[in-house]
Amino acid sequence: MNMTKRLRKTEGFKIVGTRPQRPDGIEKVTGRALYGADLSVPDMLHGAVLRSPHPHARIVSIDASAALEMPGVRAVVTSADFKKQAKFFMQDTLDNCMARDFALYDGHAVAAVAAKTRKQAEEAAAKIRVEYEILPHVTEVEDAMKPDAPILHAGRSYRNIPEGNNANVTNYVEFGHGDVEAGFKDADLIVERSFKTAATHQGYIEPNACVASMGPDGRGELWVTTQGHYMVRDFCAPFLGLEESKLRVTPSEIGGGFGGKTTVFLEPVALALAQKSGKPVKMVMSREEVFRASGPTVSSWTDVKIGMTRDGKITAAQAKLRYQGGAFPCGTIALGAMTAFAAYDLENVQALGWNVMTNRPMQASYRAPGAPMAIYTVESVVDELSQKLGLDPLEVRLKNAAKKGTKSSYGPTFSDIGLVATLEAAKNHPHYRAPLGPNQGRGISCGFWFNFGGNSSVSLHVSPDGTVAVTEGNPDIGGSRASISMMAAEELGIPYDKVRTIVGDTNSIGYSDTTDGSRVTFTVGIATIKAARDAIRVMKGRAAKVWGIDEDAVIWEDGAAKPSGPNAGEFPPMTMEEIARNAFKTGGPIAGHYEANSDGAGVSFGVHLVDVEVDPETGFTKILRYTVFQDAGKAIHPAYVEGQMQGGAVQGIGWALNEEYIYGADGRLQNPGFLDYRIPVASDLPMIDTVILEIPNPGHPYGVRGVGETSIVPPLAAISNAVSRAADVRLCELPMSPPRVLAAIDAKG
Amino acid sequence: MRFESPATLEDAIHLLANAKGTARVLAGGTDVLVQMRLGLVTPDLVVDIKGIPGMRDITPVDGGYRIGAAVTGAEMGEHAGLKALWPGVVEAMELVGSTQVQGRATMAGNLCNASPAADSVPAMIAADAVATIEGPLGLRLLPVAEVPAGPGKTTLTKGEIITSIFLPARPKHSGDAYLRFIPRTEMDIAVSSAGVSLSLGPDGMVEFARVAIGAVAPTARLVEEAGAALVGTQLDAATLDRMMAAVRAACDPIDDKRGTAEFRTKTAAVMAKRAAKTAFARAGGKS
Amino acid sequence: MSKIHVTTTVNGDTVEYLCEPTETLLDVLRDRLNLTGAKEGCSTGDCGACSVELDGRLVSSCLVLAAEAGGKTVATVEGMAKGENLHILQEKILEHAALQCGVCTPGILVAAKALLAKNPDPTEEEVRFWLAGNLCRCTGYDKIIRAVLDAAAEMRGA
Repeated sequence: MNMTKRLRKTEGFKIVGTRPQRPDGIEKVTGRALYGADLSVPDMLHGAVLRSPHPHARIVSIDASAALEMPGVRAVVTSADFKKQAKFFMQDTLDNCMARDFALYDGHAVAAVAAKTRKQAEEAAAKIRVEYEILPHVTEVEDAMKPDAPILHAGRSYRNIPEGNNANVTNYVEFGHGDVEAGFKDADLIVERSFKTAATHQGYIEPNACVASMGPDGRGELWVTTQGHYMVRDFCAPFLGLEESKLRVTPSEIGGGFGGKTTVFLEPVALALAQKSGKPVKMVMSREEVFRASGPTVSSWTDVKIGMTRDGKITAAQAKLRYQGGAFPCGTIALGAMTAFAAYDLENVQALGWNVMTNRPMQASYRAPGAPMAIYTVESVVDELSQKLGLDPLEVRLKNAAKKGTKSSYGPTFSDIGLVATLEAAKNHPHYRAPLGPNQGRGISCGFWFNFGGNSSVSLHVSPDGTVAVTEGNPDIGGSRASISMMAAEELGIPYDKVRTIVGDTNSIGYSDTTDGSRVTFTVGIATIKAARDAIRVMKGRAAKVWGIDEDAVIWEDGAAKPSGPNAGEFPPMTMEEIARNAFKTGGPIAGHYEANSDGAGVSFGVHLVDVEVDPETGFTKILRYTVFQDAGKAIHPAYVEGQMQGGAVQGIGWALNEEYIYGADGRLQNPGFLDYRIPVASDLPMIDTVILEIPNPGHPYGVRGVGETSIVPPLAAISNAVSRAADVRLCELPMSPPRVLAAIDAKG
Repeated sequence: MRFESPATLEDAIHLLANAKGTARVLAGGTDVLVQMRLGLVTPDLVVDIKGIPGMRDITPVDGGYRIGAAVTGAEMGEHAGLKALWPGVVEAMELVGSTQVQGRATMAGNLCNASPAADSVPAMIAADAVATIEGPLGLRLLPVAEVPAGPGKTTLTKGEIITSIFLPARPKHSGDAYLRFIPRTEMDIAVSSAGVSLSLGPDGMVEFARVAIGAVAPTARLVEEAGAALVGTQLDAATLDRMMAAVRAACDPIDDKRGTAEFRTKTAAVMAKRAAKTAFARAGGKS
Repeated sequence: MSKIHVTTTVNGDTVEYLCEPTETLLDVLRDRLNLTGAKEGCSTGDCGACSVELDGRLVSSCLVLAAEAGGKTVATVEGMAKGENLHILQEKILEHAALQCGVCTPGILVAAKALLAKNPDPTEEEVRFWLAGNLCRCTGYDKIIRAVLDAAAEMRGA
């Protein structure tokens, strides 16, 4: 047999590439699916959190005596109820869940109460007396870097921080190659601009929620809406001093995460309250708490300088990125500096990055964390250069595009990548040639994301009737149970509806990294395909046993074992159903397993085209037309691939136009609700057209690349470029809210 | 908190007049419930007026309409006669919140909530609408413009309820319109807004006009100079410039998370201009 | 604080409950009647995840006091399918893959059903504005709008 062909399949699919209904669909359209806040258990208490109203304060004392006397109250916890952590990152995460000695941002949890009802818990929390010593605060990245800025914590800076930075600057990174100064000398035109982007929130519609229970024997149960239940376990167990395997975490259905549910907030608190009260405790964040205390992105302040020849060749490119990631050290800056120039094949490139602490919530991942705000600045300057040189912005990108063999700006050399094909697809699309009216503009931007692989476990069980039960360990955030069932069915050669995939709890399936990094269809896909192959191996062995031939003389085709050829013997195909039916007589239950530790996720590129119209009298931007082009490697379920492309684009539209964390001079968040944190609504948008490209990823048996994150990257610059062209003035700050756009138009005169 | 749903107006007034602590009237509840949930108000008494006869009726009176205090935005939008007579007022009310909010929110509630940015209020002021107020001392009529006293404050006294709002008859060749500026297309609070009501004379010129603005001062206000600027014209460019200048002069907005004072002032004038054009076209005007 | 006794009709069944005066209809549906299809996304009427019909009128159940529901009829997502037959809107949402996380889906379904009852042949723009109060963060709305338009066409027999 041809091994390469066996291991890589890029055509001849029967199920992959079709659009079947998802296995969890009926539950979700009938209201039966259980999300984080939908579980209630007998004798359950409700938790509520007391949060700091101050952006920066020393906690002098906490007196819970009045709260404990309130009706229905069963327990109060503070930071004293958690174990001290040896590792900085663990302690920071714990301190973000419950302030220790210092309240570091508006909304920082200071204490929590469990009571018989939610109302009792909230009323009791309000009775906890906290004495604060108010400290000066800082919320903006540029202010936090100033020499006289209030310092969040001293002694947390990495050793490589250049001199002249204050103690708020914790991380410093450098990427690139070549000689940028020499490159700038070869340029015919250099554009240098400074950009700012606001912090945004993932904006998942389901608030964080969990139900915890704990026994005095150190065994715990946690039901939680999360992107990673092993991650939750691995944070919570040490925070509570439990052994990992004694804490069973069961993921609920998850009502959106986008990276925001890749860490813990309420979970350790609920467990501590459950431990102390001896009762199950349910905790649900209000929307206001979600905004004040769960993960926004970084905000950024970036200088970009790019040189270009008259015919559009980039000679040198440099970016200085400064991100604030909230009240603790934050590594997102590295992802920003790595992705900034990833779409380009550059001789001379340099990206420098600084992370700065501020009195804001600890940053949490948000879809391609660090990349959108970095690529926005680069793609804006490339557009401005194209405009000033009278060049087609798409041709300029094609001229400089990264391709196979390009040494990327962050180090590795690219293998098979789809950027050029994606740009060509945009160039040949009718959208690119559609006429524009007055006050209208067209914008384009490339986007990039690494995509991750990592660890995931799959167990595939063949039931006695020949149907298949797949258990995997990654919460299904957007239809992955469908694509996993499809890959299992494809590999086994059986119909899609013969497979049911579920997400197991931490005790029923092996370790699986969090659902993030666009890794699930890729890594769980590998694990599923290999688990299926493991089961096929077992089933071929059973057939061989029945036929009395050698196992190597059996092949698997169309869901049945067959002799490999006339020499192997004359037997009719033995179907999976037959093999399963006889399993107990031929060797016992049949299953396949695989624990993936995968590499080779395959980077993903996208190109977005957008047409806008800007109202010159109000600064209002209307999105007229939007097309997403993206390399999916292989689209397992194209409808859900399109959904990722559309959803990411619209989150990016929100980021570009209206979404922002607004802090007042008092350091308090002014817009912690969906009324004034303005995510796009249905009437703001046109249809989002999609073009899926399939440049197979050599690292996956079916060629899959992750698709979830790349789509949020291009909208920021694509829309900024479109608005800048429509309004004939360069915008360099996000969001491009109407007051900001109108001020720019008016300043132009 | 005590919840009451009296069957008569007398009972409602009695409850409110004798309430100890904080009392709130509940019509659509789309403001009161939000304020309760956010802890901005903790009422001791909530009086649901929806069960009181007449509160949910739209009644033709003297060529105009009396709109009961518990009539929802959705019901106004479904009333063909009201929509034909005062399309600007109806569209203003229909801009309040989502479809879901429309199913509950009332114009009287929008007025009593006394937000400077309330959508229906500039439209009602332009329409010269009158509120009927009933309380322990009896009934009084008050022009809508005189109900709000400042952000969150009204001129109503203890025990008083707005029972209906009257939108008067209007001459032939009249039109009204309301526009607001918001950063999205829906689901936002007005950053600036304007309502315009006008009537044309036999010569096709504007004979009478009222322009009111919202979200640019502590209360929505009538801009008499802006209305006067339109009279005797067919809204030529110079007229609209004068009207916009009058609007800008009447603005006294704040800088906040929803917009700068400068932005509010500029866009209020733009909204007034566009609303005036729509009202003029609705009146059958030709420019 | 004394509780209020309420008798109402939910999805065709007469139900009774005792509630606090401050409890919302959403609180009662979820916590007292075990109907968790309506979700609490914001509790301030800004997200639409708690949409239900009250006497045939689309409302946010977080903005209705539970005590107000007395003598009325309430329809939730749990009442949309009849036995094993899904409502056409439910089928179309699945067919178009118009959900990712699915937490907004119950509210979208209830709102879309109310729209089609009032306007069986809506334009794309009408669907978009009707659903503007139903936030979806996953899909970018594209497939939802297509599913509703497709369901409308099928319900009209087109």
